[in-house]
Amino acid sequence: MKIFVFPEVYQGEVKEISFEILGLAQEIKEKTGGDLHVLLAGKGVKEFVPQFGLADKVLLLDNEKLEGVSPFIYQNILFQVLKDRAPELILFGHTSIGMDLAGFVALKLNFPMVAFCKNVKAENGHLMATSLICGGKILADVKIKDNKGVCLVLPGSYPAEKGKVEGTKEVEELSLSEIEEKIKFERFIIPEVEDIDITKENILVGVGRGIQNQENLEVAEELAQVLGGALAASRPVVDQGWLPLTRVVGRSGKSVKPKLYLSLGISGAPEHVEGMKDAGLIIAINTDPNAPIFQTAHYGVVGDIFDIVPALVEEIKARK
Amino acid sequence: MGQAEVQPKDLYEVFQERAYAMVDGEKIRQCLQCGTCSASCPFGEGMDYNTRKMIAAMRGGDFDEILSGHGIWLCTSCYTCTVRCPAKIPLTDIMIPVLRETAMLYEKGVPSELQKALENVARYGNPFGESPRKRINWVKETGVPVKILQKDKKPVNVLLIPECFCAYHQRAKNIIISLAKILHKLNVDFGIIGPDEKCIGDSKRLAGEFGLFEMLIEHNAKQLKKYNFDIIVTPDPHAYNALINEYPKFGYRYKVLHHTQYLSQRLADLEALFQNEFPYKVTYHDPCYLGRRNKVFDAPREILKSINGLKLIEMPRTKEDALCCGGGGGGVWLDSFSKEYIKERPAEKRVKEAVATGAEVLAVACPIDITMFEDAVKVLNLEGKIRVMDISEILLEAIGG
Amino acid sequence: MKIIVPIKMVPDLVEELEIDESGKRLDTSFLRFTINEADDHAIEEAVILKEKYGGEVTVIAPDIGEVDDVLYAAAAKGVDRLIKIMGDFEELDSHLYASILTEMIKDMQYDLILTGCEAITDLDGQTGIFLATNLSLPYIGLVSKYKKEDGSLCVNKEFPGGVYGEYKVELPAVLGVMAAEKPPRYVPVAKIRAAMKSAQIEEIDAPEIKVETGIEIEKMYVPEVGKGAEMIEGEPEEVAKKIAEALQNKGLL
Repeated sequence: MKIFVFPEVYQGEVKEISFEILGLAQEIKEKTGGDLHVLLAGKGVKEFVPQFGLADKVLLLDNEKLEGVSPFIYQNILFQVLKDRAPELILFGHTSIGMDLAGFVALKLNFPMVAFCKNVKAENGHLMATSLICGGKILADVKIKDNKGVCLVLPGSYPAEKGKVEGTKEVEELSLSEIEEKIKFERFIIPEVEDIDITKENILVGVGRGIQNQENLEVAEELAQVLGGALAASRPVVDQGWLPLTRVVGRSGKSVKPKLYLSLGISGAPEHVEGMKDAGLIIAINTDPNAPIFQTAHYGVVGDIFDIVPALVEEIKARK
Repeated sequence: MGQAEVQPKDLYEVFQERAYAMVDGEKIRQCLQCGTCSASCPFGEGMDYNTRKMIAAMRGGDFDEILSGHGIWLCTSCYTCTVRCPAKIPLTDIMIPVLRETAMLYEKGVPSELQKALENVARYGNPFGESPRKRINWVKETGVPVKILQKDKKPVNVLLIPECFCAYHQRAKNIIISLAKILHKLNVDFGIIGPDEKCIGDSKRLAGEFGLFEMLIEHNAKQLKKYNFDIIVTPDPHAYNALINEYPKFGYRYKVLHHTQYLSQRLADLEALFQNEFPYKVTYHDPCYLGRRNKVFDAPREILKSINGLKLIEMPRTKEDALCCGGGGGGVWLDSFSKEYIKERPAEKRVKEAVATGAEVLAVACPIDITMFEDAVKVLNLEGKIRVMDISEILLEAIGG
Repeated sequence: MKIIVPIKMVPDLVEELEIDESGKRLDTSFLRFTINEADDHAIEEAVILKEKYGGEVTVIAPDIGEVDDVLYAAAAKGVDRLIKIMGDFEELDSHLYASILTEMIKDMQYDLILTGCEAITDLDGQTGIFLATNLSLPYIGLVSKYKKEDGSLCVNKEFPGGVYGEYKVELPAVLGVMAAEKPPRYVPVAKIRAAMKSAQIEEIDAPEIKVETGIEIEKMYVPEVGKGAEMIEGEPEEVAKKIAEALQNKGLL
């Protein structure tokens, strides 16, 4: 199978998702034979070439104009690169960047597309994907007809370690043609870090919509305090302004790997889970027995956080 | 300007037209500025514009300021101001709700938690945003047969209306479960409508959502028309209030009893069932919409006095002077909002008052009271010192079951 | 600014999702449909932009579920034109929807198309980017801040870690909305009911189009409940004890 991987490289580093989909691509290639190509496009990305040891060929496009991953430019680059190379499977991360590019590529090449992929594999001569849809509540096993497709892979679906192989086989340098700047990158805006860095905390108490209002944060705060940890949040909590953006875990926020992640009233939609699924111990409390978070947690409780957390705080105090 | 109405400039005119069209609405003009209302208000100290100042501001040309402020959202519709106002101004039923309605119609901002609750009621028939199908989940926890009329349409003597809190809320549902068990022991022929029942709507009306209230009345009246029953019994004072005072304004009249009224009428039969003593000092909190609003003071007390071992003590602020728990009129959804403006919540003040009488149990007759007071007990670290129980729960302990 | 907002109706997750007998699609008996959350934000942002810069907003929706309620609520907020696409939409995937929208929109006048960047049912990809590709328009998604600047829109796109990328987008363009600059406003029921009387919903038949997604669902299923998680049961105090024990055993206390 001719596999093509689009790694995400910006702000001076190759993002983890890139290695996840590389590892996934490699696994498919080992089963089907073929080759694995990678498009490494960005500003100052030449130095990252050796990180793509799994690639049979790295297509390198290093140009100043590519700093901000402008979707318009990248869509063009991808199309120019792919249209004559007869790829069969094209993998993107299901991320802010992947979602700006994959759909364009799929339509232009007339390839089927599957989003929300937890897994992509070759099985009995068919290309298959498993997707997690409806907010994480439904799984769908999908057959990709004609074994040609574009897949958006959810972060956290495949171990990044398997994609981290050093080395360089072949590099083809590309040049950037003149493209109109219909979408012009101006700058990155990095949040002011007058707040703690949750990626450095060993213990996190994550709060979601189930916390209901800002005042109830006190309940979670007490738990965090007594555990010696800090508060983190799912996106909706931050949208309401109850916690700063720096506390978001997940797609719009940070990836965390604390020793303990205690999730309170978080449903566990993929956008959040991708940010905390590697925590050492995950305990989730939610009133909904079907909450997707229970798929990822080590321990789960179907119950009311306002009954359980105060009791838990007492138990912990008693044991310290 | 889109398909919505063109925005008029004078919101005070809009307010007046609306308020004065309602019965007694014009009494707002008779305000003496005596200040009895704001002095009696449990939240008065926290309001930028309290009730007296709201009227002064209207007269002084500052109407729009009232709408952008937070005072109008702190009211929990306790009715104290209305009962005490010498000019008999319908502050609770008209002035505050119409101010809120005006604020909502002209996008002056609604506290977000209240917004969510209202949207949930409009879509799911309950403020929690839970599926209507789950409205009857409490039934299986009773362990007794409860007829669900929309599934099996048979005539019943008593139509039980749990209302949203008793149906869905983790703590409050024990009230309806206890009541169902008691009715079963009394061999009462009772049933509930089922998932088709929606919020009766009283607190939505008080929150200023008259449109939503009307929509709920239309729906519930249609449901009620389908079934054959003699009386409606509800443990929810707000549902009780709407059914006896508001629904008739739309032409829908029912015979309605609060569960304490019904049970006090059946006291002789209940006494025959008593097995246990309830050897505790109990103080009873009059819910705003059972007591002060609808003058039902005695029925709950008769029940409590009939229980062996129970010693009934009154709090200083009793009956018409009871201090609101802070949850009515949408207040339960504005709890965190109001925390920003007042130092101590009324519920906490009330629990302290209860404890000061020496009571071991704070008896209530409203599902919102139970949630507000239990919360206050936790905040005050008084767990183990005083229990909060609905009259139905106390009765069930006396009966044994 | 002339703004078009195509929206999607998606299963309401408040109701429990079940799979039907075929094992390949959702059981629709108790399914309710609601507006895709990101599309709700798109409508809000369109109205905000109109309030700031003047213009006209058109919402387009497929005839699925309680779509009329959604359209009237939009009118109550200030949306000018309501278009309902009529058709038998048992299955409306993003490819088909985007193609239908393309047919309808290609002859319309607009400066900007705002649509939610993603929907929970986007198994075959996202409508917004498909629409943009079909119309040969620039596309950028996960946008949450917007400012007009002569003939272009300055937007903030969300990246992980709370980072934003600021971009200048030449109009006309399609934006995939993550969030409006403010949470969607409250619309009182009375306003919606007034809109039901005064607003017109234009019903337009879906053009006869067949689009292949190229994928076939072999099986749809609910993830095993609690698979992965060991469920702890009991009263809050019991549960608290068990959790505290687990934490102690792992040396986390």
